[in-house]
Amino acid sequence: MSTTNTTSRRNFLKISTLTSGGLILGFNLFSSDTKGAVAVTSAPLEGNGAFNSYLSIAGDGTVTIFSPNPELGQNIKTSFPMIVAEELDADWTKVKVEQALLDTSKYDRQLTGGSGAVPHSWMRLRNAGATARNLLIQAAAARWGVRPETCTTDNGVVIHTTTGNKLTYGELAAEASKMALPADVKLKDRKDFKLIGTAVKNVENNNIITGKPLFGLDFYREGMLFAMLQRPPAFGTKIKSVDATAAKAMPGIIDVVTFKNNVAIVGKSTWEVNKARKAVKIEYEKDGAIESTADHDKLLSGLLDTGKATVQRKDGDVDAAFKNAAKVIKAEFQCPFLSHSPMEPMNFFAHVRPDGVELVGPTQTPGRARTDTAKLLGIPEEKITLQITRLGGGFGRRLKSDYATEAAELSSIIKAPVKVIWTKEDDMQGGSYRPAVRYRFEAALDASENLVGYKLKGVGINAGNCTREDNFPSGAVDNLLIESVEHISPITTGAWRAPITNFLAFAEQSFIDEIAAAAGKDPVQFRLGLLAKAKSKPTGAIKYNIDRMEAVIKMAAEKSGWGTKKNVSQGFSVYFSHQSYVAQVCEVAMESGKPAIKKVYAVSDCGQVINLSGARQQVIGAIVDGMGHAMFGKISFKDGASEQKNYNNYRLIRMKEIPEVETYFVDNGIDPTGLGEPALPPTGGAIANAIFKATGKRLRKQPFIEEEVFKA
Amino acid sequence: MAIFKLQINGKAYEADVAADTPLLWVLRDHLGLTGTKYGCGIAQCGACTVHLNGTAVRSCSLPVSAIKNAAVTTIEGLSEKGDHPVQLAWDEVDVPQCGYCQAGQIMTAAAFLKKNPHPTSEEIVSTMNGNICRCGAYHRIREAVTLASTKI
Ligand code: FES
Ligand code: FES
Repeated sequence: MSTTNTTSRRNFLKISTLTSGGLILGFNLFSSDTKGAVAVTSAPLEGNGAFNSYLSIAGDGTVTIFSPNPELGQNIKTSFPMIVAEELDADWTKVKVEQALLDTSKYDRQLTGGSGAVPHSWMRLRNAGATARNLLIQAAAARWGVRPETCTTDNGVVIHTTTGNKLTYGELAAEASKMALPADVKLKDRKDFKLIGTAVKNVENNNIITGKPLFGLDFYREGMLFAMLQRPPAFGTKIKSVDATAAKAMPGIIDVVTFKNNVAIVGKSTWEVNKARKAVKIEYEKDGAIESTADHDKLLSGLLDTGKATVQRKDGDVDAAFKNAAKVIKAEFQCPFLSHSPMEPMNFFAHVRPDGVELVGPTQTPGRARTDTAKLLGIPEEKITLQITRLGGGFGRRLKSDYATEAAELSSIIKAPVKVIWTKEDDMQGGSYRPAVRYRFEAALDASENLVGYKLKGVGINAGNCTREDNFPSGAVDNLLIESVEHISPITTGAWRAPITNFLAFAEQSFIDEIAAAAGKDPVQFRLGLLAKAKSKPTGAIKYNIDRMEAVIKMAAEKSGWGTKKNVSQGFSVYFSHQSYVAQVCEVAMESGKPAIKKVYAVSDCGQVINLSGARQQVIGAIVDGMGHAMFGKISFKDGASEQKNYNNYRLIRMKEIPEVETYFVDNGIDPTGLGEPALPPTGGAIANAIFKATGKRLRKQPFIEEEVFKA
Repeated sequence: MAIFKLQINGKAYEADVAADTPLLWVLRDHLGLTGTKYGCGIAQCGACTVHLNGTAVRSCSLPVSAIKNAAVTTIEGLSEKGDHPVQLAWDEVDVPQCGYCQAGQIMTAAAFLKKNPHPTSEEIVSTMNGNICRCGAYHRIREAVTLASTKI
């Protein structure tokens, strides 16, 4: 079946031609109209608030597509244009991609986060491509004097099917721009996809491998100053006094200014600023709770018993279920704070002039950076332009606007263009951590080993609701209670790739494994049994798709040869996060008495895969990320200060430690549901369950490397 | 401050900087060669890797005064057209994710393969282990180095 989309006529603009005689099609990826407003217009579109993306076809056949979302390695700059090019039937070798400027004055979601960009824009992008294709066909039909229905397209060419006549898109672009916009466009059948679902190389490969200036830190401008900010070294402290006399006298230093809790060292080069920074004498005083990890450990355990809990979900009667239980299983799990530590440290360029503000930098949320800057400086948003550079990683850290607004604030104080640079130490000590959390799980089994009661209580430090109350196994257990407790701390936290679920999934999937073991059931069969129960006799709302979860579980069991392997111990895990489902099987072998993580099988259902190469990267990268942080990741505090300051004692996974990974995707034909995060959450659980199989020991705390099984 | 004369990518450059300025910041801030990246500044991640007389070094921890007459090669000068066998392999395997670590990875691999054109997989891993990729692109980095070793 093909899909027909109706474009909203009221959004159309008058067709006009480019000066170069090409076709320009403006569309808005962020309108509330899921079909996406499409219009043909004349350049330039940057100044036109109605469109934040467009495609253009030039006389030489070059197709340029503006990709509005920030690129941080999720490969959106390749996958977005692929979707447009598919419906356009473009010649991919002639497609160019440009990063669009920020244009969120009216629309939302020009951001990278929540694994949501492709799901959100899928139909809008297809519709735009199909509309352009329709216009090109109309133009060819008019030229030939034939009916459009007798024409088709292939690889950048319109073909008249009866005569075999051909015209390239470049030859038709100018005329196409004068054609009437179609009321309906026909989208392709999935089976006719030529580009979508194939492996397409990153459009930026050549620039990356030749070292082109793509990233925020690579932005330089004549006359620009450099700055570093000394922020309080410990959370819960504030500046008492600053003596910058010596620093100000150092070579290359322009000024040292104090604002809020920052001392900014401003100079002519990064190194001079970095050196002078060490010469600034700053005294700090207490300004809130000064916390240490040792306090947190006690606090988290204590709050599980005494903390004021918020009920997130309650089904049936848990008290009765536990009172009448034949067997009760209990377990607690804890994780530390984590740093995002993207390879490229935080940085932003700002130039606050009397007539407007220019911002340039790597941000996942350009709209937020601009709004917050406007508020801070008390100027209208229209006066601020924001150029999005490529991001050297994000992992959630660059969802925040702090490092953009501080650059703007500094520029407004020193009245000069300035790039604020964070060192890796600044990043690691600067907060916005993945929150530390402790969970207590309890399960009640009846005399026939059925799971009849389930309790989860989570305590988090600045974690908000640290549960995901509607996730599996909710709906599959008659009596269930999910509660959360929050401790408010001066240590700042933020979204970290797959927020909350990056750790919750490990705890939950370990516990499910533990229940299965207590019930004497195979972990895969146990999960399938719970899903069958959720399907036939659901309790409360079910907010995950049972069939999709079942399918990834079965496929992972099949692909990994679940239960048939000798010489390795397998562990199972499955998780639903954002809108996608990923099941993983980890294989562990004992080497010199210690568990070695050998292999991970991953089966993902993210709906339609756009770019197979990028999708594999996302899954493998997420597994490496999930494993690395579960194994080694830890930020601990002493008197309010992070004890880890750089990669020398904040251990990241390296090449020697990676397992083999086999990736599979479920081909079920549903629309894309996102893949930037969902493969990360299941990894910790699959590893921990395999380690249990191999050693008989349950892992309770991250980082795993500190657990008994890894000690000599 | 002093004037340092440098040979970079076959060209002569001059920089008027303090003697302790790391080569990394001379390249980036003073000479406009921004392909070499700052990742950690303490010789832990390899993002800043360049070649000094053909050997991979960490430019974040190399003071400009230590360079003397040594020939420096950065990612911009690894090949004229971006077609060094390592670069070609990187594209063919489609390695980059965010891409930030990749110049350093490529420079490490290129210097390594020059000295050891037919390495074992263990040798590849123990060399590349020094470079961090926060995106976790290690599988493809390993594959690309292996592929490049067949083309050198
Ligand atoms: S920046 Fe030089 S090794 Fe990390
Ligand atoms: S590709 Fe992002 S750090 Fe390596």
